[in-house]
Amino acid sequence: MHVKRSILGVGVTLVAGALVLSGCAGAGAGNTSGGKTTLTLATVNNPQMKDMEELKGEFEKKYPDISVKFIQMEENDLRDAVTKDVATKGGQYDIVTVGAYEVPIWAKNGWLSDLTQATSSKSYDVNDLFPPVRAGLTSGGKLYAVPFYGESSFLMYNKDIFAKAGLTMPERPTWDQVATMARQLKTPTQDGICLRGKPGWGELFAPLTTVVKTFGGNWYDSKWNATVDDAKFSAASQFYVNLVRDAGEADPVSFGFTECLNNFSQGKSAMWVDATSAAGSVEDPKASPVAGKVGYARSPVKETKESGWLWSWNLAIPATSKKKDAAETFVKWATSKDYQKLVGQKLGWSRVPPGARTSTYSIPQYQKAASAFAPITKQIMESVDPKNPGVEPQPYTGIQFVSIPEFQDIGNQVSQDMAEVFAGRSQLAPVLAKGQKLAQAAGDKQK
Amino acid sequence: MTTDALAPRATASARPLGRRLTAAGTRRRIRGGAITLLTWGVVVVFFFPVLWMVLTAFKPERQAATDPPTFLADWTLDSFGKVFARDMAPYLINSLTASVGSTIIVLLLAIPAAYALSIRPIVKVRDALFFFISTRFMPVAASIIPVYLILQTLGLLDNINALMILYVGVNLPIAIWMMRSFLSEVPVEIVEAAQIDGAKLRTELFRVVIPIVLPGIAAAGLICFIFAWNEYFLASILTSTAARTTPPFLASFVDGRGFFLAVLSAASTIAVLPVVIAGWVAQKQLVRGLAMGAIK
Amino acid sequence: MSTTTPSTAATRIADGPPPQPLPGPAAPPRRGLRRLGVSRALLWPALIVSIVLTQVPFVITIYYSLQSWNLLRPADQRFAWFENYARVFSNGSFLSSLLATVVITGSTVVLSTVLGLLFAVLLDRPFRGRALARTMIITPFLIMPAAAALIWKWSMFEASTGMVNWGLGLLGLPSVAWNTDVPVATVILVLTWQYTPFFTLILLAGLQSQSRDILEASSVDGAGAWRTFTSITLPHMRQYVEIAVLLGSIQLVQVFDPVAIMTRGSGGTKTLAYLLYERAFVGLEVGEAAAYGVITVLVTIVIATVALRTLFKVFTEGTR
Repeated sequence: MHVKRSILGVGVTLVAGALVLSGCAGAGAGNTSGGKTTLTLATVNNPQMKDMEELKGEFEKKYPDISVKFIQMEENDLRDAVTKDVATKGGQYDIVTVGAYEVPIWAKNGWLSDLTQATSSKSYDVNDLFPPVRAGLTSGGKLYAVPFYGESSFLMYNKDIFAKAGLTMPERPTWDQVATMARQLKTPTQDGICLRGKPGWGELFAPLTTVVKTFGGNWYDSKWNATVDDAKFSAASQFYVNLVRDAGEADPVSFGFTECLNNFSQGKSAMWVDATSAAGSVEDPKASPVAGKVGYARSPVKETKESGWLWSWNLAIPATSKKKDAAETFVKWATSKDYQKLVGQKLGWSRVPPGARTSTYSIPQYQKAASAFAPITKQIMESVDPKNPGVEPQPYTGIQFVSIPEFQDIGNQVSQDMAEVFAGRSQLAPVLAKGQKLAQAAGDKQK
Repeated sequence: MTTDALAPRATASARPLGRRLTAAGTRRRIRGGAITLLTWGVVVVFFFPVLWMVLTAFKPERQAATDPPTFLADWTLDSFGKVFARDMAPYLINSLTASVGSTIIVLLLAIPAAYALSIRPIVKVRDALFFFISTRFMPVAASIIPVYLILQTLGLLDNINALMILYVGVNLPIAIWMMRSFLSEVPVEIVEAAQIDGAKLRTELFRVVIPIVLPGIAAAGLICFIFAWNEYFLASILTSTAARTTPPFLASFVDGRGFFLAVLSAASTIAVLPVVIAGWVAQKQLVRGLAMGAIK
Repeated sequence: MSTTTPSTAATRIADGPPPQPLPGPAAPPRRGLRRLGVSRALLWPALIVSIVLTQVPFVITIYYSLQSWNLLRPADQRFAWFENYARVFSNGSFLSSLLATVVITGSTVVLSTVLGLLFAVLLDRPFRGRALARTMIITPFLIMPAAAALIWKWSMFEASTGMVNWGLGLLGLPSVAWNTDVPVATVILVLTWQYTPFFTLILLAGLQSQSRDILEASSVDGAGAWRTFTSITLPHMRQYVEIAVLLGSIQLVQVFDPVAIMTRGSGGTKTLAYLLYERAFVGLEVGEAAAYGVITVLVTIVIATVALRTLFKVFTEGTR
């Protein structure tokens, strides 16, 4: 039995040893070493964020005792990763990129540090932030995140295709006009319009919710009663599905922002309604064949005056971070006016993060570089109203989303079922009936 | 690239076919040619996505996704440059640490266990074997929440050693399964001779058995390495910076707001290279190792 | 993973004194009691590690499944008895995910077996460049699944710039909207592409292990190639097919990457692994996700036990 014990011993020692080893390594990793603070920043992998990573050397030069490590993730992954970390107080990140949807919810749970104090200095000029954006990041009078860039949505169209067909785009088109033109422009090799159909509350339901609202519908009425199966929500959804099926892309379920960008840039779509931040990529001559040939118009409407959404990617500091001072320093640096100039000088003026600061739009070099889309972007960003975007009043702030924790789950599930409607395997009514049930259960918790 | 060591029977049986220059022989040869052509057709179709990935990696972004596809691109190394500018090396090192480390631990645990299950008689061999295999059937996702929360309590989130240990749990059953078949190959007589010699158990294990089953160890090790290197689910949930491995890093190239296909292809090409090369070099062991379970 | 079988197996091995070593395939009589002890000692480390890493988290999962806990509402955490189970059973997601898993795993296994057998037969013949052909054909199995899914989604299945639709166009066939119209087939196709090489490898080894004497005797007897194949080769291949199916399904039943990357669980591709992930990390419903986990494990045990014990020779007949 002596053999037995020794082998058993080996096994136990091995496991224990490995665990201890990992414990030691864990304690050592990512912490302050040699007086230098290492910040971990989790971010979505958009071009503007990649630019930030490229320029982090400038920050580290300016603050030699701080270094920043970037984790880039796809939007959905980022959301999952950061949410679970912050919610379970994992403390893996010192700075996180948070969407406009999450900020008020997380702030309410006490997961984010209050940045009001840190951003109050005159040089930072917090009043320069776009008012609707800032309003969405404020909870109980305190600012919990600062915008890195912001966006609304608008309609992009291929001028060549329009000229060839002899069509002109009004400055403020209606959805009915857009639908007519899209059907007219659809050919076997060219889509009339590109609209997102990919499952996900942030994919399909970003544009679709704006359509619902301009059609007079909403997810909830002012008393948190779900209205997903009412006539207006259904009419808007049916309109959207029909438009995509008649004149949109062939494979809507796999089409999100990126796929539409690709299609539109290749000149295969006549129109595209999506984020204003798309313009930066569409106008990039190195990657986009349609650069310089794109026209811009307001987001199409039906019963409301505006229909653009409002979104911002923001920097925030989780309450669990142990390096708040250093983190604040970086957050302020990356959202300052100076950073915008830095991007312009080092990487080119068209790459300045848009939609966060009003002053961005008065930088002469930026005005020149982004002349095609900067003025309209600014107009839209200033005129959207996240408190009252629809026809009827709503009990929350937000245009293309409902700012309750359950919305991402509801939006996800309903959008997965919508995929069946796009494919023609299911009718719209049962999908919305199921959505109504889900939404009502969540709405009841708000009452 | 690979020596064709799998072929002795096939070449032997090929011999009687030739030489007879009859009409039947000619017909057979034409049929043979047609089958060879078919084989190559199938092979090329199957290999095409890999080839296309590598080609795309050398294209400029503008030509990466076009209709019709671009075959003659302005070949460039730009995308590889961009990948390395994103500092891919730490992710590759993490992947290597987790895969090699877990593979070694797995083998240390699996060899004695498999030995017990094959050479040594044991009550309910089948139950034990069944237990190991059945642990592999459980969706890893089913217990991801407790694993996540336990690691968080222990401060082991984003820790490459913790990920390594979890990979041990994932790969152990397969290794035991494969090793057992190999160890069954060891003739009982050798073992018994070794024992009559008075050799102790350990000497028996290291001097007699292991040399015979070394190819099996290589095969099991390779499979464990492949699975650990390619693992995405646990890595994406349990790591963030310090311990992030290659597969979740790859997904981060899918740009939320821009063009990325060439860069993604370049990163994928780099990411799959170690395992593809290891697999190509060791394909003979792989075949034997995988098939062994069937025989014994 | 099994909580019943393994624990009995484990306790039986653990709790001495062991029963008399029974005569039979599992325990040749010439080996004594002492040996049995040594065997068990050799097995212990692996067993402990396996139990700690796979069974303990499961027990904790059971505990969580009785909690009502949404990560985004930390203040509302409470003990909820079987509320989660009631919800899980009433909304039908579980059954459709179980069906999706069975369909995707099953079809992939069948397709991979058929194609794998075909490829093995083709690659077993001698021809010019065979080593290269084999090397090329095993490559898809070695490709990282996340990379494979990404490449297929973006370079192959993309509706307008993808190579598959372009290829169909060359053949004069209409384009297919892969993720919209045939999401399940899309996932199965990618998985089959990845797993066929794996099946080919195993089946090729099987073909090569055939006794040449028997094959030659058969051809001397005047049996045609087809008859030799069906009457001698195929029966010989059964055990190889079994092992390929077993190892393949173990991997496939966990499938997550292509679903997450290509279809996002739409159109009947929401496998159990994806459902569990979604409930836990998108819905952030810890309790509900845990309840799904527990049920999944229970169902898996039943299916695995039945399948393993009845279909696979290695578990039905004694091991040496």
